[in-house]
Amino acid sequence: MALPAQINLEIVTPDRALVSQPVDEVQIPGAEGYFGVLPGHTPLLVTLEVGQLWYRVGQERSFLTVAFGFAEVLPDRVTILAKVAETAEGIDVERARSARKRAEERLTKRVSDLDFERARLSLLRSLIRLQVASRARIRG
Amino acid sequence: MPSLLDIRRRVRAVKSTQQITKAMKMVAASKLRGAQERILNARPFAHQMLRVLNGLAGRIDSSMHPLLADPAVRTGGTLIFVITADKGLCGGFNTNIIKTAGKFAVADPDREVALGLVGRKGRDFFSRRGFDVRYEITNLFGNLSFNDAQEIAEVAIDEYTHDRTDSVYLVYNEFKSVMQQRVVVERLLPIGQLPEDEPDDDTPLDPAVAEAASLVDYLYEPVPQQIFNELLPHHVEIQVFRALLESSAAEHAARMTAMDSATKNSGEIIDQLTIYMNKVRQAAITREIIEVVSGAEAL
Repeated sequence: MALPAQINLEIVTPDRALVSQPVDEVQIPGAEGYFGVLPGHTPLLVTLEVGQLWYRVGQERSFLTVAFGFAEVLPDRVTILAKVAETAEGIDVERARSARKRAEERLTKRVSDLDFERARLSLLRSLIRLQVASRARIRG
Repeated sequence: MPSLLDIRRRVRAVKSTQQITKAMKMVAASKLRGAQERILNARPFAHQMLRVLNGLAGRIDSSMHPLLADPAVRTGGTLIFVITADKGLCGGFNTNIIKTAGKFAVADPDREVALGLVGRKGRDFFSRRGFDVRYEITNLFGNLSFNDAQEIAEVAIDEYTHDRTDSVYLVYNEFKSVMQQRVVVERLLPIGQLPEDEPDDDTPLDPAVAEAASLVDYLYEPVPQQIFNELLPHHVEIQVFRALLESSAAEHAARMTAMDSATKNSGEIIDQLTIYMNKVRQAAITREIIEVVSGAEAL
C-alpha cells in the first residue's frame, strides 16, 4: 500500500471551522498523552485533553489550543472535533492571564469539589493558552 | 359609495401597516445575517461529526452502546421533537412544520407517538389536540445557546435509555437559502448509518487507502466504552443544536420574505385605493360643476 504523502487536517469546533488544509505532521494532546501523527497512521480514535496542538506544513509549525472533544485519525486524514479551540493569534493574552489569576485564587481557597474541578480546568486552560500565545510571539 | 374621508382613512391605515411590515423585514434581515453566520459556522462540525460516526458505525457492533442499538424493550413508541418558531408572521414556516409533523405523527396508527415541542407556535397547536407531550420549551430562539440544545438532547437520551420510546425524531426547517426552507424529518436516536447530506468537498480519499483503512478497526484511547460515553451524547447534542440553528436561520429568512411580499402587497393596495380615491374626488367635482351649471341655466 502506497503511503499518502500528506494528511488532510480538519479542525472544527461547534462555533466554526478553524483549519482545513493538507499538512505534513500533527501533534495532538490525547487523553493519554501527546502523540504525533505522520501520513499513513493507523486508524485511531481518541478523546482530547486540554492542551497544545501543532501542525507542520513544510518547515512551518502552527500552534493552537484545544480543550475537550475528539480526534479521528485515518491514514490520510485527521479530524479534530474540539469543544474549544483557538489559534495562537486569536488568544486574548490579558484574558488568559486574569483567568489564571482567578483560578489560582480559587484553588488556594479550597471550596467545594465541583468548584475545585472547575477552577482546576480553567487554570489548565489559561496556562495552555498563555503557553501557545507565547509560541506565536516567538515565531512572529 | 364610500366618502372621500373613509378612503383617506383606509389609505392611512394601510400605510401604517406597511411601515410595520417594512420595519419587521429590516429587523428580520439583520437577525438573519447573524443566524446565517452561526449555522454556516456550525455545519462543518456537525458534518465532520457525522462522518466520524459513520466510520465508527461501520466498524463496531451496535450492541456496544445503548444509543447505537435498538432499545432493549420495544414499547412501540416514537418521540418526535417539533421545532417551530415562537412568533408568527413568517409565511408558511410554522404551518409547514406543523403539517409535516402532524402527518408524520399519525402515519402509522399502531405506533404510539409522544411529542417534544420546541417553540411557542408548535406548543400552542399540539398541546390543544390531546397529544402526549413529554417536553416543551418556548422563548429560546431570542438567545439561542448550546445549553438549550444540551437540555433537549438530555431529554431525548433519557426517554430513550429508559425505554419509554423506541426512536426519537427531529422535525425542523432546514435553511437552504434565503428564499428557500426545507422541512426535514430526521432520526436522532438510535444513532445509525446516516446519509451525509453535504457532498464531501475535501480531496477524495485514495480508494485503495480508504478501503484498507475501513477494514482496520480503530485504536481507541482510552477504552472504547469511555469514548462512546462521551462521543455519542455529544453527537446528539450537536445534531439538536444544528437543528435549532437551522430553524432559527430559516425562521428569519421566512419572515424576511413574508414581510417583503407583505410590504409589496400593501403598496399595491395603497395604489389601488389612491386611484379609487381620485376617481371619487373627480366624480364629486363633476357633480358640483353640473349642479352649478344647471343652477345657472335655471336662472
